[in-house]
Amino acid sequence: MNAVRNFLHGVGDRFRALPRWAKIVLAIAAAVFVYLLPIINPPLITTTDSDFGAVLFLCALYALVAIGLNIVIGYAGLLDLGYIGFFAIGAFTVGILGSAHGNIPLLLCIPIAMAVTLFSGIVLGAPTLRVRGDYLAIVTLGFGEIVRLVLVNADGLTGGSRGISNIPTPPSLDLFGVPHLVWDGFVAKVDLSNQTRFIQFSVTDSIPYYWLALTLVFIVLFLDWRMQNSRVGRAWEATREDEDAAELMGVPTFRFKLLAFATGAAIGGLSGALFATKQQFINPDNFTILYSVLFVAMVVVGGQGNRWGVILAAALLTWAPEKFRFLSDARFLLFGLVLMALAIFRPQGLLPPRRSVRAKRADEETEVLEEGAAHV
Amino acid sequence: MLLEVDDLCVNYGRIEAIRNISFTINEGEIVTLIGANGAGKTTTMKTVSGLRPVRQGAIRFEGQDITAMPAHERPVLGIAQSPEGRGCFVGMTVQENLDMGAYARPDRKSPKIGQDRDRVFGLFPRLAERRTQVAGTMSGGEQQMLAMGRALMANPKLLLLDEPSMGLAPKLIQQIFDIITEINKQGTTVLLVEQNAAQALKRADRAYILETGEIIREGTGKDLASDPAVKAAYLGGDV
Repeated sequence: MNAVRNFLHGVGDRFRALPRWAKIVLAIAAAVFVYLLPIINPPLITTTDSDFGAVLFLCALYALVAIGLNIVIGYAGLLDLGYIGFFAIGAFTVGILGSAHGNIPLLLCIPIAMAVTLFSGIVLGAPTLRVRGDYLAIVTLGFGEIVRLVLVNADGLTGGSRGISNIPTPPSLDLFGVPHLVWDGFVAKVDLSNQTRFIQFSVTDSIPYYWLALTLVFIVLFLDWRMQNSRVGRAWEATREDEDAAELMGVPTFRFKLLAFATGAAIGGLSGALFATKQQFINPDNFTILYSVLFVAMVVVGGQGNRWGVILAAALLTWAPEKFRFLSDARFLLFGLVLMALAIFRPQGLLPPRRSVRAKRADEETEVLEEGAAHV
Repeated sequence: MLLEVDDLCVNYGRIEAIRNISFTINEGEIVTLIGANGAGKTTTMKTVSGLRPVRQGAIRFEGQDITAMPAHERPVLGIAQSPEGRGCFVGMTVQENLDMGAYARPDRKSPKIGQDRDRVFGLFPRLAERRTQVAGTMSGGEQQMLAMGRALMANPKLLLLDEPSMGLAPKLIQQIFDIITEINKQGTTVLLVEQNAAQALKRADRAYILETGEIIREGTGKDLASDPAVKAAYLGGDV
């Protein structure tokens, strides 16, 4: 485990030490590779029992969710157990405006969905973020369930448990076909009979949705990075570590917590909208409390506060159950065992933020020194 | 008059932590509040810095009524607190902690910040050595210095120090009090809350004694230190 972490941090360090041009070239190469994953179908990674494009779409979708929830939990230190609520509001806003009660094109629905979730984040956060500690977890847990129950019961608006179908797709622009690679052992062949149209959104091919989701991940990542490395990021960090002390430094802690909560909500709404347009059909069963738990697990397993960690965890936790589909129900047992093992052996997550690694290492050193002194 | 606290009452729920206390701090002074555990010292401090809401009474800073002003707006006026139990940001480095101290300053981008940081490093050379160290890995004494240095980075007119000697070795306590005197000489007014009454009275211009939420005595540090009743109750009679 430590070897893995050291390897990943080693990769990070080496990357940071490279000259600027090499960084840009490498980053672009990595991005291109990630975009082409469902075309390349790399052996070992590709899922044989389920559509690899669809799995990758889910990975990217949940990565987006994890980035959003990481702002709330990892940066601002607010335990949000009802994140699926915002995801659901985003999805149903698109469903209601684009299909059930309107004909608004998707590209307009998405910003509206984000605005609606942002607003619901503020409405939920404004009264609850004033209290501290566990109350927020309880309130958000309730919020997630309330949203689902409203969706079930507000028949007229949401279609009740029947849900909403015919959700609009993004506009297509059919330019050319991209043939997939097939692998015979480790030898690749171009399969001209199996092509993905660039870029046509349809039920039959998930890959264009994956590209869309990935693009949104990159955009949100950039904004996330800009925010964290600003005064806002430092205010979040101070508030998370010691709210009173932060307040004494002149940080309006309530406002910053609300900002994190609402930003997270809006990203949750964006993810929900993306989910809706990919599925084209949604109903309240898609948004149970289990998903909130899964989302929190992604952030915690990845390492709260490290954007790369939570993306890695989101992708792993989505991909692994699909990859090991042949184990059928046993994989959920395995999934649970792996989570428990992680909680015991790596409570700080796969890739904790650099800072807590630093703090922990120094802590261990102090401990060793103190123990040493005690033995003398 | 820099700070004026007038007939202040503060509650925790239905418990009255502070009852009708009034005190003043003039510019350039060191004023100390002493008293036993639970006397209301820290509550008073938190109310002056805005962390506790006021039930009754008023707080005025440079003549301006700040009774209802939120805590995060007070550093801009020139009130900075080093909280009880230090409250360092344990995951941040020394330098990052100091920068947080200057967070609210309107002139945070000017070279004045660098000068103020040098001033803090001058007062606490230990912090300069540990500049890039993560605060959580430092000793209690070093964290206390950091909390004081961080409060100074706000360039305050009034510095609130809550139990700066708590949990420190006697030699270090002496050093911390020397530094408090030095900070005051450099022109910062200090409100000091202490259980170490002997040191606090020795350093303070004036002192107030709190007992179960009320001020029972006030006077110059010297007078109170030589008062037999105070000696018996707070100084162990042998100072």
